[in-house]
Amino acid sequence: MSASTASTIVSYTGKKLGSLRSERRWALWTAYASLIVATIIFLAPPFYMLVTSLKSSSEISNLSGNPWIVRAPTLENYMELIANPLFRGFFVNSVIITLCVVAISMVISVLAAFSLARMKFWGSQALATGVFLTYLVPDTLLFIPLYQIVGSLGLLNSIWGLILIYPTLTVPFCTWIMIGYFASIPKELDEAALIDGAGWMQMLTKIFIPVALPGIIAATIFAFTVSWAAFVYPTAFVTTPEHMPLTIGVVSQLIRGDTFAWGQIMAGALMAALPPVVVYAFLMDYYIAGLTAGATKG
Amino acid sequence: MAADGTLVAGAPAAAGSGRANTMQRFARRRSTIAFLMALPLIALIGGLVVYPAGYAMWLSTLNRRMTANIGLGNFEILLDSDTFWMVIMQSCIFAVGAVIAKALIGFWLAHMLHHIPAKGQRKWRGMLLIPWVIPPALSTLGWWWMFDPSYSSINWLLNIFAVPAVPWLGEPWWARFSVILVNVWYGSPFFMIMYLAALKSVPDQLYEAAAIDGATGWQGLRYVTLPMMQNIISITVLFSLIVTFANYDIVRVLTNGGPRDLTQVFASYAFQVGILSGNLPRGAAVSLFMFPVLAVFAYFILRGINRRNKEQM
Amino acid sequence: MAQVHLRKVVKEYEGGVQAVKGIDLDIADHEFVVLVGPSGCGKSTTLRMIAGLEEISGGEIDIGGTVVNDVPPRDRDIAMVFQNYALYPHMTVYDNMAFGLTLRKFDKGEIKRRVENAAKILDIGMLLDRKPKALSGGQRQRVAMGRAIVRDPKVFLFDEPLSNLDAKLRVQMRTEIKKVHQTVRTTTVYVTHDQVEAMTLADRVVVMNHGKIEQVGPPQELYHHPKTRFVAGFIGSPSMNFIPARLEEVGSGLVVRMTDRAVLPVPAARTARYAPHVGRELLFGIRPEHLTEPHPNEHRPSIAHFEAAPEVVEPMGMETLLHFWVEGHEICARFDPAVEVAPGKLAAMAVDMDQMHLIDPKTDLVL
Ligand SMILES: Nc1ncnc2c1ncn2[C@@H]1O[C@H](COP(=O)(O)OP(=O)(O)OP(=O)(O)O)[C@@H](O)[C@H]1O
Ligand SMILES: [Mg+2]
Repeated sequence: MSASTASTIVSYTGKKLGSLRSERRWALWTAYASLIVATIIFLAPPFYMLVTSLKSSSEISNLSGNPWIVRAPTLENYMELIANPLFRGFFVNSVIITLCVVAISMVISVLAAFSLARMKFWGSQALATGVFLTYLVPDTLLFIPLYQIVGSLGLLNSIWGLILIYPTLTVPFCTWIMIGYFASIPKELDEAALIDGAGWMQMLTKIFIPVALPGIIAATIFAFTVSWAAFVYPTAFVTTPEHMPLTIGVVSQLIRGDTFAWGQIMAGALMAALPPVVVYAFLMDYYIAGLTAGATKG
Repeated sequence: MAADGTLVAGAPAAAGSGRANTMQRFARRRSTIAFLMALPLIALIGGLVVYPAGYAMWLSTLNRRMTANIGLGNFEILLDSDTFWMVIMQSCIFAVGAVIAKALIGFWLAHMLHHIPAKGQRKWRGMLLIPWVIPPALSTLGWWWMFDPSYSSINWLLNIFAVPAVPWLGEPWWARFSVILVNVWYGSPFFMIMYLAALKSVPDQLYEAAAIDGATGWQGLRYVTLPMMQNIISITVLFSLIVTFANYDIVRVLTNGGPRDLTQVFASYAFQVGILSGNLPRGAAVSLFMFPVLAVFAYFILRGINRRNKEQM
Repeated sequence: MAQVHLRKVVKEYEGGVQAVKGIDLDIADHEFVVLVGPSGCGKSTTLRMIAGLEEISGGEIDIGGTVVNDVPPRDRDIAMVFQNYALYPHMTVYDNMAFGLTLRKFDKGEIKRRVENAAKILDIGMLLDRKPKALSGGQRQRVAMGRAIVRDPKVFLFDEPLSNLDAKLRVQMRTEIKKVHQTVRTTTVYVTHDQVEAMTLADRVVVMNHGKIEQVGPPQELYHHPKTRFVAGFIGSPSMNFIPARLEEVGSGLVVRMTDRAVLPVPAARTARYAPHVGRELLFGIRPEHLTEPHPNEHRPSIAHFEAAPEVVEPMGMETLLHFWVEGHEICARFDPAVEVAPGKLAAMAVDMDQMHLIDPKTDLVL
């Protein structure tokens, strides 16, 4: 009698444990299966772009085989593009624009964030809210009046017009996350610096910027990716190919209706996408910190 | 100023107003520096956001050649045109459909990522975020090529499973679906990352406490995870609604509004009318239609963020 | 090094909160002054006004002969140690200590000499290349002090520097701070809410309450001769017992009557002092350490005896605390642990009436 009760208990707990373990294992398999499927789907387009970019026109136009593999890989598309002065021009334009915009954005937003997070002045609270609201204004809301404004300054079809306007895309968010990073620096740190004899500018350059370096990097990455990927403004403000940055250049100039330039288009798109991807690959943690900072900080 | 001095000095009037003034001067000097530091930002927001916004409103009341003020004429014309109603509808379908899909997929993936051993998470997260990293105008080019009517590599895959070829960009409903599909592909990783950050901020003890209280996995999700993440979910959704609602790149590259303006959204239509057809005032009017919707979303986001800040304090 | 004078100093925060309500304090050269008081009494505010981190709403602060009300912190020649140390996380220990000197454009050799000297005093020579993250709490504390020492300022300011340390380290660092002060002899203002720290470190203790100074004096004086009920209750641990009592005249002497069964004679030496208050309802104050087990060899006339049944007995190791209630007032007595006492059982007790205090409940002043 007692032995049988004992054995039922044992088998009961055994079963329970087993089911818990198998439940766990099943959950893990679901997780891996979902992730694998998602990764395949997420990476398929860039992969297919890569495959296409390695094909010759004749292979692309050949409908008989599996389009997802490349039979005779060639770098000819890349070579042609690199030799193409127009494409190189796009690249140079993008680099100049992005460097200027990143520099301008960081200077404006670090100064402003320091002043808003630490010094305060009449209306600074309202300004901080205003900064956030500006971040929520999409580029497509204001590109028409901006078109007029840029036009009246004589900056249409010029990279300087873009350098002037892009900071509206980058500065609000950079300021916002820098406010968050600066605000998380303990107040005693500036007081110690004040007592040590630092002025406001020294406090910013010697204490705040080094301490908030991860935030600075995250904001820089953000400014870089946004201005590299900007599309609406260059599409609206630049119609002359020699002044185009990469995004609109690749989209509008490499497409020629009649021929099979697909290999070249894909090669161009991939090369244009390379800088942000490389930055992402090397600075992933900062990239993600910047991405999530908007909602989790400040 | 004198009134200020007595106000600040308050009780210790004996200290004299001379002292109060010097102190005020210090305070004022500090806020002057602060103001100067913020000045470039103020100039930027004032000159390139607030002013253009006001200018857009004025612009939208002009006639095509910008010679006469026609009041709300542009808005009336737009509301009378079937195309514009189509644009409104398509914008809403696009934004709502894409955001729901992104939110669900992002949530699912974040959960799956959260459940695998921490060691492997970085690697998977790294790969899954790639669609978000590539400039959308460029990755959409890839999709366009994959949707190509005669060379569609997706159709080739479907054919293997004996599914007939899909006219991805040729048929209005398929074109709408394609535009949403590309946006979902591009935007889901963002949701995933946001949710993952939120999931990681829920302390494990809460789940343990819930498990001890007898909660099943689903109940844990329902009564612990969701309430803890509620705020971040709503902020992310609202934010994505704004961005998606105002999206331009994908429509421009994929369909350019076609077929027959049926995939035109506000942004692409404004571009079409304002820049390409040269009717700037009416283009401005189209853009301005987005404004009330965005303002409502922005209001709720701000509320959510304020609430979140309060909770954290 | 310098004297510090506070004259009618007032701090009013925006919104009308008066954190400091007009205090006067004179601190001598080389003196170590400790501000104590309960949380929110305005200690930090006072210290921060001396440092220049808060504007002074009224009155004057004078450091080394100059009124510094309008002088920014960097020109006041003071150094401050914060509760959370406020070390610059991106700088090494050496750079942390050197920062103030670098900003003041000292030459490299002098900086090195001073930092190494401070490191020697504090015994942190081997940590100079580390970042603050790689330091323990006690080490950070030392670096924070080092940062103050290298500056060789007129005044050291400490704001609860030890409260982030565990109990053991706190005792150790307390000794360390005392040692440093004996070496460098810089005028020091030290804020704490820990009265043990205050008593052990201070040349003079300043007891604050509600933005006002209650009493200033050397530790022993505050302990033996508190001027107000607040100081009497605040200094000493466990704190002084207060029991309402009536002062009565019996024969040629005075007694304090708490209940009909608890009547204690006032020492003859105090009769003259208390005479004007005969017949009044007062507060009788006695510290637990003066309420002990009877000592058979002790025959001073001021020792009074009575019996009470403790309701709670707390053995602490070096002593045993007994709690009993008289007329609804909890009273704590401090017994030798060798004496056997049990809750609920009557125990004989002795009161040293030489140590008694009488407090006027109307003014809260000690008579
Ligand atoms: N920035 C401020 N604005 C308004 N009131 C303040 C501010 N800082 C402090 N106070 C108030 O001033 C009073 C004194 O504060 P203070 O920090 O000096 O107290 P403290 O004695 O140092 O206390 P603790 O032991 O808790 O540190 C408190 O009532 C506090 O609420
Ligand atoms: Mg304090």
